[in-house]
Amino acid sequence: MINREEFRSIAHNGIWKQNTSLIQILGLCPLLAVTTNMVNGVMLSLATIIVMALSNVAVASLRNFIPHEIRIPVFILIVAALVTVVDLLFNANLHELYLVLGIFIPLIVTNCIVLARVEAFAAKNPPLHATFDGIFMGIGMLWTLAVLGGLREFIGGGTLFSGIDLVFPGLSPLQLLPADYPGLLLAILPPGAFILLGCMIAWKNWVEARAAQRQPRPPIEPLAADGTN
Amino acid sequence: MEFTTSPYLLKNASVQRVMLQVLAALLPGIAAYVWVFGSIILLQLVIATVTALLAEAAMLKLREKPLGLFLSDGSAIVTAWLIALTFPPLSPWWLIVTGTLFAIVIAKHLYGGLGQNPFNPAMVAFAACIVSFPALMSQWPAVGLQVSVADQARVVFGLLPRLDAISGATPLDTLKTALKLDEGSISVTQLLADQTVYGFFAGRGWEWVTGGYLLGGLFLLWRGLISWHAPTAFIAGLSLFSGALWLYNPAQFANPMFHLFSGGAMLGAWFIVTDPVSGCTTMKGKLIFGFAAGALAYLIRVFGGYPDGVAFAVLLMNICVPIIDHYTQPAIFGMKDRS
Repeated sequence: MINREEFRSIAHNGIWKQNTSLIQILGLCPLLAVTTNMVNGVMLSLATIIVMALSNVAVASLRNFIPHEIRIPVFILIVAALVTVVDLLFNANLHELYLVLGIFIPLIVTNCIVLARVEAFAAKNPPLHATFDGIFMGIGMLWTLAVLGGLREFIGGGTLFSGIDLVFPGLSPLQLLPADYPGLLLAILPPGAFILLGCMIAWKNWVEARAAQRQPRPPIEPLAADGTN
Repeated sequence: MEFTTSPYLLKNASVQRVMLQVLAALLPGIAAYVWVFGSIILLQLVIATVTALLAEAAMLKLREKPLGLFLSDGSAIVTAWLIALTFPPLSPWWLIVTGTLFAIVIAKHLYGGLGQNPFNPAMVAFAACIVSFPALMSQWPAVGLQVSVADQARVVFGLLPRLDAISGATPLDTLKTALKLDEGSISVTQLLADQTVYGFFAGRGWEWVTGGYLLGGLFLLWRGLISWHAPTAFIAGLSLFSGALWLYNPAQFANPMFHLFSGGAMLGAWFIVTDPVSGCTTMKGKLIFGFAAGALAYLIRVFGGYPDGVAFAVLLMNICVPIIDHYTQPAIFGMKDRS
């Protein structure tokens, strides 16, 4: 079983301390390509959360049976099978959105976040811990992509939640800025994603530096070695 | 830097003095600009300068640097003027403000401020804005526009609607669009015979403005503020490529003279590729940097999608500066060769 302290540590690592996009800087390709609006970012993150939770629990359960030398192909096989499931689910239930996200759902297989967590965490920890790690790493990715997507569509076109009708047919996007707002196209283009992600990383570092200045306290011990690929 | 050996002649070459002379060198170009396109450019220069100084002050305060020292060095004003001169004179005020903020905040201060920026701030501003607002960035007023300055100012501040009649494409843009629209049916020779496009030796009106920049550049050269390497190599690169293609097919490609004295070529050659911060440091490196920037500017201008290629060419070459400098280190005095 998992105790309270371990759970807190996993959650803190996933959402803030080891945030996939802001600290590990993993999975930049979907981050750049998909976060042109908030809905795309959130939905791709949800797909990734499902894959990560399931692949982490699968690998953690099988960790004592997988030969060390061929572990990477086995991990990829497990991840690929799960991604296929998610891919078919999206295609069947959210077809419009599936067409928008396109290649990036199948590409979750090659997303280094998934493989990094499987290799660095799930292969060394019990299934329940691994499941929570997958979920919280995914949540960390989700809020980053949501904020980045929101910023990009707001600066780029003055809207928020554009494309929400693809997920919830009854809702419509918000037009926050007046319709004659010219839109800074750069924010929608990949360079804009890089610049805004840089700003978010700077903001996180600033928050941490300020917190460290205010009260120096011992950091929460990480549960396992956190590697990046 | 403190040098101790040898008695050197000291010259009072503070950043402020250099920047003031660069500003002075821009004056002939600005004068020609006012004469050709009207005095609305002065308003844009003011908008850009005020924005640049405010942004510079805000960033310096944020970074806890001495305000007075860096504000008075004039580098922000040089960036502002270069931005105002590369943007269309009738562009709305927020376009210049956005470009200037982008240059000062992102291209300059986020990289560490004066002397640390790998990319030329003015060119970053131009590239960011032409990518974001391609239509606004390619509308230039017709030469000899019959609209009062007050009305033009109202257009800039959005109080009067933007009329298509008062602005059009640059000669470079006209050439490219015409060639694209009717492939082969209209030749460059025909097009350049049209007096609304071609003046005496280059794009109509532009020839005088770019001539003014050339004059300013020669002034900088005479004052010893820039070396001849980068500008000469830039002009050589641009002329070589445009000349070769012009000789190959004069009906399809304009002559080198047209390319040198249209668009941003002269401003780029004398004021952009000579930037001591974002350009190469070694003499051989400056030659390579200038030549490649000139060649790229021509290729992007003629075969690319945007009206002018100088900004993109300079930015691309800015990325290459560290590696060029690395491979062009001169042999240390006393050494035979580095090999």
